[in-house]
Amino acid sequence: MDTLKSKLPPIGQLGPFIALLIACVIFGLTTDRFFSGENFSLILQQVMVVGVIAIGQTLIILTAGIDLSCGMIMALGSIVMTKIAADLGLPAPVAILAGIGVTTLFGLLNGLLVTRVKLPPFIVTLGVFNIAFAITQLYSGSQTVTEVPALMTWLGGTFPLGGANVAYGTVLMILLYLGVWFWLRETPSGRHVYAVGNNPEATRLVGIPPERVILGVYALSGVFYGIASLLAVARTGVGDPNAGQTEALDAITAVVLGGTSLFGGRGVVLGSLIGAVVVGVLRNGLTLMGVSSVYQVLITGILVILAVTVDQLSRKGGR
Amino acid sequence: MQLKHATLLAALMAAGLAQAQSQPVIGLITKTETNPFFVKMKEGATEAAKAKGAKLLSGAGKADGDNAGQVTAMENMIAAGAKTILITPSDSKAIIPAIKKAQEKGVQVIALDSPTDPAEATDALFATDNYKAGVLIGQYAKAAMGGKPVKIATLDLFPGHPVGAQRHNGFLQGFGLQSFDAKNNELAKPAEVVCMADSFGDRAKGQTAMENCLQKNPDINLVYTINEPAAAGAFNALQKAGKDKGVMIVSVDGGCDGVKDVAAGKIAATSQQYPLKMASMGVEAGVEYAKSGKKVKAGYTDTGVTLIASKPVAGVDSKDTKVGMDLCWGKK
Repeated sequence: MDTLKSKLPPIGQLGPFIALLIACVIFGLTTDRFFSGENFSLILQQVMVVGVIAIGQTLIILTAGIDLSCGMIMALGSIVMTKIAADLGLPAPVAILAGIGVTTLFGLLNGLLVTRVKLPPFIVTLGVFNIAFAITQLYSGSQTVTEVPALMTWLGGTFPLGGANVAYGTVLMILLYLGVWFWLRETPSGRHVYAVGNNPEATRLVGIPPERVILGVYALSGVFYGIASLLAVARTGVGDPNAGQTEALDAITAVVLGGTSLFGGRGVVLGSLIGAVVVGVLRNGLTLMGVSSVYQVLITGILVILAVTVDQLSRKGGR
Repeated sequence: MQLKHATLLAALMAAGLAQAQSQPVIGLITKTETNPFFVKMKEGATEAAKAKGAKLLSGAGKADGDNAGQVTAMENMIAAGAKTILITPSDSKAIIPAIKKAQEKGVQVIALDSPTDPAEATDALFATDNYKAGVLIGQYAKAAMGGKPVKIATLDLFPGHPVGAQRHNGFLQGFGLQSFDAKNNELAKPAEVVCMADSFGDRAKGQTAMENCLQKNPDINLVYTINEPAAAGAFNALQKAGKDKGVMIVSVDGGCDGVKDVAAGKIAATSQQYPLKMASMGVEAGVEYAKSGKKVKAGYTDTGVTLIASKPVAGVDSKDTKVGMDLCWGKK
């Protein structure tokens, strides 16, 4: 009995699956178009930007940090890459790398302020949220960049797969999730992320400087925000200076729904993907039902509270 | 010697102060600093103020809906000596106590673009008739569809916003469908409307809303959108679904990007509004009040709306996209 119990994932990680299943059953019963490969592939396209941002957010939350600046860094990256291509006429790959470079620098900036200046992540990323937003507006002149090279929108294209139209960006998102999942689970450096989140002092005592791990995690998150920038450009076909406003909260929601503990050290990155899909399913299903978007917000709020409650209870239960 | 210098300096400062005092100060408070519509409105106000020898102070909320930010801006402007404040209220009701306080201090308050609720709370309102803007694209769509049965998707703003309701209901009224009047903030839903979704006036959210609507009903052939970013998102969704040829999109706003999308055939028609005109009329009223103490004519002044379409239809007045580009706002 004990061995069976230890083999099952903890309830905090099953929660999002259960929520997803319940939502799917309800929408399947109330609408006739919900259950189709086409609809599911569409939902995955709709969540790919937040999904990739949520990878970075998961890593940071695993170290007991938080990143409020992720959406704004993503918007900045998408403006940088599209404007460099449109205004300077540089080839798309160079522009894309420049965009990802800028988001990585901002991730690194977050990390340096957290580890070197020892500021709380909440405050650091709140400040960087504003800085990234302002630079985005100043650099773009608050104007949408519409002349985007085809290579930047390629990931938004789709290929047919058994009746569904799967976006290349969706495939990239899933590959990134699998890669990070493997890294966290199977490699020493991945295990260090958990160790730092659980007990930074113990980590230091066994010879791993926690600051270095944390700095690396913030910088790596910047890379994921840069990839999300490219996905946002691919999805909408433009560089949008007003993007990114709600992505931080959406990504944190996905991570929390996915069962990663806000107290650090516990969680599975694949859960964040499920968390992002739960929100996408709600929005899609409620539109199909003809229900106001306010209900999506209501249900999301209730689910977030439930997810954190489960985490708290399982923590008290001595897990 | 030093004393003489100091006296001279003081005299100069006094002269400067006197000049500053005679220069009318006008405050402009927009919903945000970043929306091109408000960027253009601020530009228009700055130019008008320069031409009239007035000093313009500008402020804004941090985001759409930030009432507290607007109240703070208003208080600061009154402290800076503004005798007229032009405001696009983010929250039509919550801003009213702050407006009352300003008026008690003798400040003239004029609403631009959006009314307060009740509208009489401000001394005047210079704005687009949003219901009429909706009616025009409704009439256009009706004529352009030529009696074909319609399945309509509406990509609205967000629940409870009067501008969103007026455009939506005006569109349905113009199309000749069951609708509400301009005073009603509920969204009408006749049988022809097969999907209603909120776009928040945002391109990415508009695209998601359209995708979900197409899932609900693939036969949608007419799309109403609250503004052109939402329309651009809707077009993107339709194009990806291979339906961009058979579906008509109509919109409201008239920004330069939007007019370009009309010229490119992505949007069939849009109702263009004029933020520059709202701003310059507001500044003129402010200068007049500072000079003569005469307040602006109370009540609503329509700043006009023009239907922009690349293909005119019989029985509905419209201007072509060249006219639209001349009068549009945003980057040309």
